[in-house]
Amino acid sequence: MPDHGYPDDQELVNNAKAGDLAAFETLVKRHERRIYGLARRLTGSEEDAQDVTQQTFLSAVKNLAGFREKAAFSTWLTTIAANAALKIARKRRGLPTISLDQATAPDEQGQIPHPEYIADWRETPDRLAQRAETHRLLDSVIAELNPAHRAVFLLRDSEGLSVSDTARALKISEANVKVRLLRARLQLRERLTRVFGDEQRRYAPGAHAAATHAQKQVNDRCNRNLTLRENRL
Amino acid sequence: MTKKRTKIHALGGKHGATCGELLAILNDYVDGGVAPAVCKELETHLAGCNPCRVVVDNVRQTITLYRKNKPCKMPAAFHDRLYTALRNCWKEAGPAKKPPKAVKSRT
Repeated sequence: MPDHGYPDDQELVNNAKAGDLAAFETLVKRHERRIYGLARRLTGSEEDAQDVTQQTFLSAVKNLAGFREKAAFSTWLTTIAANAALKIARKRRGLPTISLDQATAPDEQGQIPHPEYIADWRETPDRLAQRAETHRLLDSVIAELNPAHRAVFLLRDSEGLSVSDTARALKISEANVKVRLLRARLQLRERLTRVFGDEQRRYAPGAHAAATHAQKQVNDRCNRNLTLRENRL
Repeated sequence: MTKKRTKIHALGGKHGATCGELLAILNDYVDGGVAPAVCKELETHLAGCNPCRVVVDNVRQTITLYRKNKPCKMPAAFHDRLYTALRNCWKEAGPAKKPPKAVKSRT
């Protein structure tokens, strides 16, 4: 969709395919920060992120003519960047080039980890996102995830790809995307709640039943008072 | 007298029976991919189970936070290097202009 009269990606892609470098540079400008940020989080390294960003856009130049536009241009770029980043990450760790499916399959057999630290957050994500220290914390927390889980979370939740596009980009099954996404979300929630959670409004895991019971009593009491008040009126 | 249900609670206690079920379909619930009937059931559960409600809220906040917190600007030196590389690559391997249609020869 055109934004404020500017050409949309599809129009720019068409022009670029016809040989218009300026159109391609506009596309790069539009997506460079997103791709660079994704690469940084996928690889955990500034240097690697630069390599991945460059590889992504050079690969886009070379393959633009063959880009069939079944997916959005942004999704296509994300897929190229994810593959380049994972290739570099594997190389760094000295891992053989095997699929993410094979690399982490045994991990998916276990039970889903249950939430342990349960508390309302002190502030909204909008306010938290404005702070530089939040940015650093998000980077360090996501760096602790298993690389396969991290890639799924970044593509699906941070970049907003669909489950099927994420599966296609990472060459894994949709079922694996779902299970890894759940694990990633729960793990990130756990870590972030330990930092952002309000200790005063925390539910200890063992106290869950008691808390639920206490809440029920409070609700019952409120409802009773409300009924009494309504009756008086 | 009927026996009280005492399923182990997914979040650590033993009150209620659907916390485990909620955890199992948490993704679909958060992404809005749950059938309306199931959704209603889960919402009834959430209305009476604060820890589950907080976990769902926390997961949504986590996703929002990562979506909003897009990382920083690229270093200026890299930016220049990237555009130089792009222009060189475009000259060498960019999409070629459409070749003129071949004229069929009848000979």
